[in-house]
Amino acid sequence: MTLPPFQYLVDAHWRDVSRLAHALAGPIDGDDVAQQAWTQALAAYPRLRSSTNLRGWLLTITSHCAMDVHRSRARRPVPVPDIAAIGEVAVRSQLKGPERDRPDEALWSRVADLPERQRHAVVLKYVVDLDHPSIAKALGTTPTMSRRLVSDALATLRLATLKDELT
Amino acid sequence: MTEHWVAAGLSAFAWPAMPPDLPVSDVCYVIEDTAVGRMLLARNESGALIASAFVPDADTEDLWLHRLARQVSPRVLRLPRALDEARRELDAYLAGQRRGFDLPTALVLATPFQRIVLGHLSEAVAYGHRTTYGALAKHIERPRASRAVGAALGGNPLCIVVPCHRVVASSGALSGYAGGLAAKEYLLALEAHR
Repeated sequence: MTLPPFQYLVDAHWRDVSRLAHALAGPIDGDDVAQQAWTQALAAYPRLRSSTNLRGWLLTITSHCAMDVHRSRARRPVPVPDIAAIGEVAVRSQLKGPERDRPDEALWSRVADLPERQRHAVVLKYVVDLDHPSIAKALGTTPTMSRRLVSDALATLRLATLKDELT
Repeated sequence: MTEHWVAAGLSAFAWPAMPPDLPVSDVCYVIEDTAVGRMLLARNESGALIASAFVPDADTEDLWLHRLARQVSPRVLRLPRALDEARRELDAYLAGQRRGFDLPTALVLATPFQRIVLGHLSEAVAYGHRTTYGALAKHIERPRASRAVGAALGGNPLCIVVPCHRVVASSGALSGYAGGLAAKEYLLALEAHR
């Protein structure tokens, strides 16, 4: 088994990695997550034992980096002017996906509200078009569970959008 | 609101993005258009030049990059800034402003026999001079190995920097060159012009 030159991976997949990083971590942390994912991938590359599905491997690393950033951010104290205002709003506004002035802003703010695993599963499925075995690998679960996470996420998103349209 | 609509909204996600900025790695390379043709320059982690090769087309480039990945390390990155010194020296050399190279080199891609031949070549044949395959074979004390010497020179991983273009056939013909005979002619004319 021979691994291709790492530059080939960068050229073929940097757009996907960046897209996934931004979809999962939002506009503020997106670039950091992508950069971190590439650095980790480069460090681990020579030890990789199979050169099949290098794209899935890169996207898995990106997804892990996004989770790390998300979790360290959740633990970090957030300075707020009014102590009583702490709550849903302060935390949620940090986790928002793409910025507000985007046309699909409503959809993305709902994606940001999904539970973490559902959010990752649905983004891996539709933003970077990963198959269920690869999503399962990224999330450390089974393909069956990955299907379940995606369909639950879609159901939540559908319902929320429907409610909006009715009101 | 169908499932399809939600999925399409997610798939349409786009974000302005930049390629990653990675640090100097095990192998860094650049593709450079020079006066003698399109060349690949590569260095190792410690900054020594390990390849200087003619890559006229994408297929040759691909072959070289895979060779570097296989024989040195798969961490091969295109990083022009890591090769600024090599590019500067090569440009100056091809413009006739410099007669040798100061940058560190490493013959990690050469076979043991190639190392002997290429090592002697750099010492024995000065700028502007020529030698023959047979003379070089005698010089390394293998007088009957002129064909093997020719093959070793033909696979020179450090073209121009290790001056295999200064070796010609005993008839005086230019015989062959990795970068094509026109390149060999150009280099010999450049050096004769001193």
